[in-house]
Amino acid sequence: MTKFAETVLNGLALGSVYALIALGFVVIFKASGVMNFAHGSILLLGGWTVTATHQAVGFPLAVLCGALAAGAAAGLLHALAARGLRGAEAPVLTILTIGVDLLLVTALNARIGPDFLSTGDPWGDAVARFGGVAVTQSRLAGIVVSVLLIGGVFALFRWSRWGLSMRAAAADQEAAALMGIRLHRVRLAAWCLAGALAAVAAVFLAAFPAPGLDRTTGQIALAAFPAAILGGMDSAVGALAGSLVIGLSSALAAGYQEQLSGLGTGLADVAPYLVMVLVLLVRPNGLFGSKELSRV
Amino acid sequence: MSEISKRAVAGVGVLVLLALPFYATGFWLQSGLFAMAAVIGAIGLSLLTGTTGQLSLGHAFFLAVGAYGYVWLSGPAGAADGLTGLGLPPLLAFGLAVALTGLAGGLLSPIAGRLRGMYLGVATLALVFIGQHVMLNAHTVTGGYNGRSVPPMDLFGFALADASPQGLLVLGVPFGGLERLWYFGLALVALALLTARNLLRGRPGRALGAVRDSEVAAAVMGVPVARYRSAAFVVSCLYAGAGGALLALVFRRVVPETFGLVLSIDYLAMIVIGGLGSVGGAAAAAVLVTLLPQVLTGYADDLPLLARAGSGAAGPTPGEAARYLYGAAIVLVLTLAPQGLAGLTRRRPRKTLQEHTP
Repeated sequence: MTKFAETVLNGLALGSVYALIALGFVVIFKASGVMNFAHGSILLLGGWTVTATHQAVGFPLAVLCGALAAGAAAGLLHALAARGLRGAEAPVLTILTIGVDLLLVTALNARIGPDFLSTGDPWGDAVARFGGVAVTQSRLAGIVVSVLLIGGVFALFRWSRWGLSMRAAAADQEAAALMGIRLHRVRLAAWCLAGALAAVAAVFLAAFPAPGLDRTTGQIALAAFPAAILGGMDSAVGALAGSLVIGLSSALAAGYQEQLSGLGTGLADVAPYLVMVLVLLVRPNGLFGSKELSRV
Repeated sequence: MSEISKRAVAGVGVLVLLALPFYATGFWLQSGLFAMAAVIGAIGLSLLTGTTGQLSLGHAFFLAVGAYGYVWLSGPAGAADGLTGLGLPPLLAFGLAVALTGLAGGLLSPIAGRLRGMYLGVATLALVFIGQHVMLNAHTVTGGYNGRSVPPMDLFGFALADASPQGLLVLGVPFGGLERLWYFGLALVALALLTARNLLRGRPGRALGAVRDSEVAAAVMGVPVARYRSAAFVVSCLYAGAGGALLALVFRRVVPETFGLVLSIDYLAMIVIGGLGSVGGAAAAAVLVTLLPQVLTGYADDLPLLARAGSGAAGPTPGEAARYLYGAAIVLVLTLAPQGLAGLTRRRPRKTLQEHTP
């Protein structure tokens, strides 16, 4: 029972970090209709900025720097995509993000090398205990920070002027533009926000029990794809639900791998994709995604 | 270019390709064979993503099915290391491996048919990861992490390998495995190009283009959309199967690492650089994308700004430089020349009267 509780807590912690990434995917998709394949490298850029600056300015400011760097990178990517490709289709823009990802990842990998870099986070390897259930402090911090940030983003959506513009733009671009909403600015803000969220996620992905930030950290963002798709690409609530499902299934597959050994080793890495395929078989637009309608 | 000069250029190109094994070194022959496998695979992806508009990130998975399918079907049965295989004649195994990949595509096409756009892209991404998991764990078929060696191709007793007949000389040039495999590869590429061209210029090609532009409009025009979408998926998989099996023959050993997400992205880069929807462009870009890292690695010492891998010197390593170059190529092609390589050869449409009449 203790093990089950620990596994579930770990799954929730993992899911809440995925949620930061998946929410970024959804915000970008709602704003521009693009699936951002460069998100992993932007996440890596944010994390790398934190590792490079924390000794000079301290951890909290370093996270801010990382968020700014990642946000700026995402904003630049948007500017590139929007300027260069006026009127291009979404799949073409998606492939463009793959190209940018190749460039950014190669550049970052050359900087990071084969090492594990520390983000200088204050939690270290401390463990908190509730009864017999042990969980690392970094994971608890991950849950708390994610809940706060995601709550903040939802509040922005609901009550801020930008949130209103964003919802209007997502509902009907043309009508929104005619009402005086500057689509370009709304989209730019969405991309920057998504980048900043990814940077925060990078900090928690690199925290204990992971050995630190390394060149594969960006690939973890790929596991947030199934999370976003599972929930439905255009639903923020769906992204949260999807992330929790993916986090839990990943943690359960890792925690009970002896019992699941019949399915082969390393099942935890593919669990997100298996779950996603199963869900898509039943609901092709994800759990909360809106159905595509075509009117003739 | 006029039709005649086009044909002349193509004829000279074919002659050069036919003569290459008499002049080129093994390194170039091997690189060329990798490029041929890539050309076949890229044509397949071009039909699916370029012509029909279905984004697929799972091409590496289907290449793997083709490669492992060939190895398993032709591999020796009951080998000592616990590997299984059917031990079929290699040519038959090659054909069956292609069919097997098509079958895999056919089984998955009902799922693919339900998904649109990005959902399909990520669902096919899942295939790559699930495929990796299977390749690493199905030891008896795939050999696990270390992979398994590939039986050489054999055409009715004439082996496309260094042995049997050993020391073959053609016009005084030793004809080993690579030289013999070269012509097999050329034949496959020619077949692939011809089939794709005929497919696209006929009724199916028009229908697929209509499906890409608007499914509703295509359906109204009487195109069975679902059937064509899944047919495109199957055809694309057949190409991937042939490309994968050829790749296995050139590598002589298949390992799961080859067929990762990077390979899928390479293929996507090929069809984008070539120009979405163009078979010739995809083939040209496939050669470019495959040869670039090979050439940069082979000539790292002679090129400025490059550092040898692992030498610790400043500057990007050849592999990195290649990735920079084609990452930049994707971005530049998409922002500056959306038609890709294919667009460069096409004549700019002359302004005619028709454009001015409404």
